[in-house]
Amino acid sequence: MLEAYLPICLLLLVALGVAALMAGISEWIGPRRPNPRKLIPYESGMDPVGTARERYSVQFYLIAMLFIVFDVEVVLLYPWAVQVVELGWPVFWAVVLFLVVVMIGDWYCYKKGVFDWDREARQPRPPSEALSQEKALPVRETVET
Amino acid sequence: MAFESLQPKLLLLAAALLALFTMAAYTVYFERRISAWIQNRIGPNRVGPFGLLQPLADVLKLLFKEDIAPAAADRLLHRLAPMISVTAAVATIGVLPFAHNLILADVNIGILYILAITSLNVYGITLSGWASNSKYALLGGLRSSAQLISYEIAMGLAVLSVVVQSESLMTSQIVEAQAEIWNVLRNPLGFLIFLITAFAETNRLPFDLPEAEQELVAGYHTEYSSMKFGMFYVAEYMNVVLSSAVITTLFFGGYLVPFGHLFMSDLPAWARTGLEVLSFFGKTGFFVFVFIWVRWTIPRFKYNQLMRLGWVYLFPLAVLNLVLVALARMLF
Amino acid sequence: MDTLTRTRRRLEALIEESHLEIWREHNRALLRRLESKHSSVEFIGDALSTEMVLNIGPQHPATHGVLRVVARLDGEIIRSCVIDIGYLHRGIEKVAEYKTFQEFMPYTDRMDYLSPYSNNVALCLAVEKLAQIEVPERAQYIRTIACELARLLAHLLWLGSMVMDAGAVSMFLWTFREREKIYDIFDLIAGARLTVSHCRIGGVASDLTPEAIEAIRAFIRNFPRELRAWEKLLNKNRIWLERNEGIGVVSAERALELGLTGPNLRASGVPYDVRTFEPYLVYDRVEFEVPVRTEGDNLARYYVRMEEMRQSVRIIEQCLQQLPPGPIRNENAKLSYPDKQEVYYSMEGLIHDFMYTHWGVCPPKGAEVYAAIEAPKGELGFYIQSDGTGFPWRLKIRSPSFCNIQALESILEGAMVSDVVVLIGGLDPVMGEADK
Repeated sequence: MLEAYLPICLLLLVALGVAALMAGISEWIGPRRPNPRKLIPYESGMDPVGTARERYSVQFYLIAMLFIVFDVEVVLLYPWAVQVVELGWPVFWAVVLFLVVVMIGDWYCYKKGVFDWDREARQPRPPSEALSQEKALPVRETVET
Repeated sequence: MAFESLQPKLLLLAAALLALFTMAAYTVYFERRISAWIQNRIGPNRVGPFGLLQPLADVLKLLFKEDIAPAAADRLLHRLAPMISVTAAVATIGVLPFAHNLILADVNIGILYILAITSLNVYGITLSGWASNSKYALLGGLRSSAQLISYEIAMGLAVLSVVVQSESLMTSQIVEAQAEIWNVLRNPLGFLIFLITAFAETNRLPFDLPEAEQELVAGYHTEYSSMKFGMFYVAEYMNVVLSSAVITTLFFGGYLVPFGHLFMSDLPAWARTGLEVLSFFGKTGFFVFVFIWVRWTIPRFKYNQLMRLGWVYLFPLAVLNLVLVALARMLF
Repeated sequence: MDTLTRTRRRLEALIEESHLEIWREHNRALLRRLESKHSSVEFIGDALSTEMVLNIGPQHPATHGVLRVVARLDGEIIRSCVIDIGYLHRGIEKVAEYKTFQEFMPYTDRMDYLSPYSNNVALCLAVEKLAQIEVPERAQYIRTIACELARLLAHLLWLGSMVMDAGAVSMFLWTFREREKIYDIFDLIAGARLTVSHCRIGGVASDLTPEAIEAIRAFIRNFPRELRAWEKLLNKNRIWLERNEGIGVVSAERALELGLTGPNLRASGVPYDVRTFEPYLVYDRVEFEVPVRTEGDNLARYYVRMEEMRQSVRIIEQCLQQLPPGPIRNENAKLSYPDKQEVYYSMEGLIHDFMYTHWGVCPPKGAEVYAAIEAPKGELGFYIQSDGTGFPWRLKIRSPSFCNIQALESILEGAMVSDVVVLIGGLDPVMGEADK
């Protein structure tokens, strides 16, 4: 059975080789004329302030953690998925229950505002009131020039 | 396994690689032609007849460009990142059935393999963003990693619903299970979810936030030049082709020829295989067109919209779809 | 020394090596301002801070030229920002003092280069008010038509670039196709496409040819259909609406405080439009509405400008109907250029032409004037002081983009990185005009 994976190993090797070749050739035949200006990281033509190696917003990491939590749960379902009918109703209801729990987790995260990236960016918006024509058109008489 | 039995596989491997690279290159060409057509322009038409040699010219140009790595970059990762992207893209073709019995490796966990390999792509992008040590690149890389992993869950669930229907993880059997009726008709919601997540996974508009050129200049590949930039470019288009191929395999009957059971059995074997390959690439081509078409019409999502769509709408919807599909499977 | 410090050192050394002292000083000043804004937290060297400082512009695809925004980011949210302008400063107010009024006109073309004709008209109106020059009716109609075409030109670019900044690139090319048609019309009107300089003090340079009139008619017949098609694509697009709704809110009071004018002010609910407030040219003889919205967000700005384009078409239509026959320039050769026919075939004409070019129109000594028009971006005013010669003693330009950019700092703070581009697009500044 494992023999079936041989072509895949070959493919991975070839793919890696092709990638290395592509990167290698351009490094080899391309010109090299570095100068200090050129080597500064791009920041819209201005000097970068500090490096990009600083501490970063925690929200990205939260997403990464959620991914691990939920994706592992999804992976658990694969063995069931190939044998839905054979495993029968009890397992089906167990899976449904499991998914309900997962969904509650998602709902909890939603309520906690994990997916709410613009919580602080949102601004109140004045109501849109229908403008009457008189209000929309300014009064000419009010100012003298 | 003896070498003799491996020989046809090697031939197939070479052919598949060639086909993939050509398709990726010509997807770039067609993208430019189709976008030109949408925008009332002409598009590339100078190199060769109808500009058909344009991809070749592009590659040659990129090869002869200066390869700049910023001084503050992490040299090793900076070099490695585009290679990971290309490798991950190329490796996906291993389990795609081009025709009956025409598959590189018909492994019993084909679908899992596809999911695993495509998620490697996130490393290429995140590492490139981090290694460049440029803030635009970093923002692009972070956005990208958050986006790719967010949509992977919904994608996994959509794939799961297909697995429930065909009761197999083998790509060839998933295709064969659609002989009577394509999965898109039995599982339309799953198809929609998969299509949306496929857009997100390939970083195409409206999900191209990681490289939103108006916001982040070029996103994660801001600091890449020469062929290394070209590699990200190639990887993106390969992913477009491969996503289309996976959509075809999972939902549109793969290599199965529409109404094939009416006439296919009378044909000689070579003709059958030929027709099946044609059918596979035809369907794939159609989805590549959809990818291009959407890209040139729709504005881009905002970050919070993207996250909300992924976690608050798609994820529960995908779970619901899975339960419904399983229920239908149990009942009928 | 760890890698991080080494990297930082290397970067600093690189910057140090390749820079003038004046740049370092300028950047330091900006950072100081950024730091002292709103908070006392020191951001450089704070170990627990998750904030980073990002330069957006001047070399950036979405900053409409060379606007520079130095932003302090926390994740995707902008905590505070500083706007840095002046990268396109050419000192044209000072240049004006060494040019006759007519000679100065080509410089105005290069202020708001998206609607050059409006700038010409604004200068001419100011000088004409200063020197009390009558302008024949036909010239006024021609100016009005051209001004509205210029408005379309500017708003089309705004639409294209704003939607493109949001990611829909095709839109940009569609609006540019229409702009191309308007440029062709300007070619017929003035003989130049971009830098028209077609106005003359006391009138316009040349009459509308029947060809030009026909071209304008054909354009305004077709244009509303294109506009409808674009609205069909955008007005119901959820992504587009959600990206614009509720961001960059400027209340009416705040807008007045900041000195916003034009569509940006009207989107905040203040119905101020120079065209109706203090009518110039022939705006009191045509019927049109001034679109106003009260929401004050980016979406309101979008709706206002879309509606304005429709009204512009209406104005042009009426002007073409009313277009009276008659001369196109003031007949007094001391106040306005004589006709070319006269210059070439009569002695007086040639002398007048020479005198006018050399000395120009001389307003009374000590006279001063402020005249404003409603340019596509807002109120464009010229303030001129005269010392009795043909050159302005002082010429001050109240450019709408310069004032509108002031709002940017307050609306960017608290917005997300993705909003930056659409907010800049929504305010629609043109750096040529803001930096003058």
